Amino acid sequence: MKIVVCVKHVPDATAQRRFDADHTVDRAGVDGLLSELDEYAVEEALQIAAAHDGEVVVLTVGPDQAADAARKSLQMGADSAVHVVDEQLHGSDAIATSLVLAEAVRKIGDYDIVVCGMASTDGAMGVVPAMLAERLGVPQVTFAAEVSVDSGSVTARRDADLATETIEASMPLVLSVTDQINEPRYPSFKGIMGAKKKPVQTWSLADLGVDADQVGLAAAWSVVHSVAARPPRSQGVVVTDDGAGGRQLADYLAEQKFI
Amino acid sequence: MSEILVLVDHADGAVRKTTTELLTIARSLGEPSAVFVGAGIDAARETLVAYGADTIYLLDSADLTDYLVVPQAEALAQLVDRAAPAAVLVPSTPEAREVAARVAVKTGSGLITDAVDVRAGADGGPVTTQSVFAGGYTVEASVTRGTPIIVVKPNSVTPEQSPGAGVEETVEVAVSEAARSARVVKREPRTKSGRPELTEAAIVVSGGRGTGGDFSDVEALADALGAAVGASRAAVDSGWYPHSYQVGQTGKTVSPQLYVASGISGAIQHRAGMQTAKTIVAVNKDAEAPIFELVDFGVVGDLKQVLPQATEEIIKRKG
Ligand SMILES: Cc1cc2nc3c(=O)[nH]c(=O)nc-3n(C[C@H](O)[C@H](O)[C@H](O)COP(=O)(O)OP(=O)(O)OC[C@H]3O[C@@H](n4cnc5c(N)ncnc54)[C@H](O)[C@@H]3O)c2cc1C
Repeated sequence: MKIVVCVKHVPDATAQRRFDADHTVDRAGVDGLLSELDEYAVEEALQIAAAHDGEVVVLTVGPDQAADAARKSLQMGADSAVHVVDEQLHGSDAIATSLVLAEAVRKIGDYDIVVCGMASTDGAMGVVPAMLAERLGVPQVTFAAEVSVDSGSVTARRDADLATETIEASMPLVLSVTDQINEPRYPSFKGIMGAKKKPVQTWSLADLGVDADQVGLAAAWSVVHSVAARPPRSQGVVVTDDGAGGRQLADYLAEQKFI
Repeated sequence: MSEILVLVDHADGAVRKTTTELLTIARSLGEPSAVFVGAGIDAARETLVAYGADTIYLLDSADLTDYLVVPQAEALAQLVDRAAPAAVLVPSTPEAREVAARVAVKTGSGLITDAVDVRAGADGGPVTTQSVFAGGYTVEASVTRGTPIIVVKPNSVTPEQSPGAGVEETVEVAVSEAARSARVVKREPRTKSGRPELTEAAIVVSGGRGTGGDFSDVEALADALGAAVGASRAAVDSGWYPHSYQVGQTGKTVSPQLYVASGISGAIQHRAGMQTAKTIVAVNKDAEAPIFELVDFGVVGDLKQVLPQATEEIIKRKG
């Protein structure tokens, strides 16, 4: 079984994330890492591969430093990596990213499952898995909180708004997983050493046959007019409970007309 | 005036509040048309018309409900091609978000997710406001290609009634074989709590690790205020409260008038789900907890003391 897992390198959410002058996310000036939500995807891919004698190929699209996200996935246990890197990709939106991912998945070829995280921790749109399935023309099983795989098909539990759903689809397919699905492993020392010898391929847009005018900031199908740091919330009143804290809270809520 | 499609969010015809918000926004952009998928229009009609639907497109086929996302995306894309609307507004549920994503690819249209405001720009087309990086930045954007497909967050506007013509039109949908590839084999409805729906509630009272696993004080305060109950991921991961009540990056995003965080430290991933609340109140025994950076009012203290006292006082005042 061949599993492709798509991962993204993102600015650290606990650092001061910011934008560049062209309104794109600053990906160079802020420390980056493998999106935490993609760790669940890597873990699930590794578990499925272990149970079904499979191989795991990690795929990332992004600038040079995105190689770190691929490396961390290899350290966790993925077998090989593909890094699509091209200056023309700068500023790509989800539509363009899904196009590049789809072409790269096709080039990797012969896949049974493409696993994604539920959303990135920076853009947080949560739409790339569905777009990828649309482009590949294969079933989508998304926001899975539990997955079981047997020969040729996948069954997943999805905790939707109003109900818990069980979904079934046959392979090949695109699967996205939530942070409820597993406990991602930490790379072991052996994993970290072993990752250095694992194959990493670097592909350009030309290698994928994607035209530069289909991607990047200029080709984005939406435009950002302005980006403004939200003014800090004005510091409110904080009282220390000396036995009347609950009543003070009720006073405040009454003042604000919540009672 | 131009037509604005609104994808209706409903459970067997019970229209959710977000739909009335989307119809209200749609009226500011053009003529709202409600897209109603599935059964239950008899229960939904009155609300859709009251909030301004001039047209109601009825799409009813077993394919649309037995399979997730894909048939709906095909049907909506066909409708977009036919009606050529000026924009499509979609609620921010996981399923509708993915329908929007696929419609964007199918129709060659730009997609904007998680808008907290949508208004008509200089050219009449929609300009959106988004709150990104856990509420740290505000972004204004618009779609430059195809039909603007916009996913709108709950509580973005106050719904206002203004009756529409409500002309109904049944739409035949052609669903491809490929769209029937991921089947819903089982659906277990969630048990209702009797409290307001978390994402729609005007007041949310949340509990975190600081509850120590006992949510009774949180629930009592919520009930005194007529509020929904939320939980941090730490509380959910500990098995104290169901995942469907989790607030934050990987849970629900809430934007209530009042958010009360009790025993919650205020991690960035939690903030991502509640920072756009109008008024924020926290009860935490650690004066250094980051949640206090956000608050309008805070109490440094043990929630086991503070919440019951506040609850008792509120009940007394309500008489
Ligand atoms: C990828 C990712 C996604 C995540 N998504 C989410 C998400 O969607 N939602 C979310 O909430 N978190 C999320 N998290 C987790 C987040 O980082 C925090 O770990 C989590 O929010 C902490 O929950 P907490 O505040 O309840 O617990 P803690 O951080 O442990 O805080 C508990 C607080 O309770 C206080 N306390 C203890 N006892 C009392 C008492 N008796 N009275 C009053 N106060 C008391 C303490 O002072 C402390 O401040 C995510 C993390 C990652 C990496």
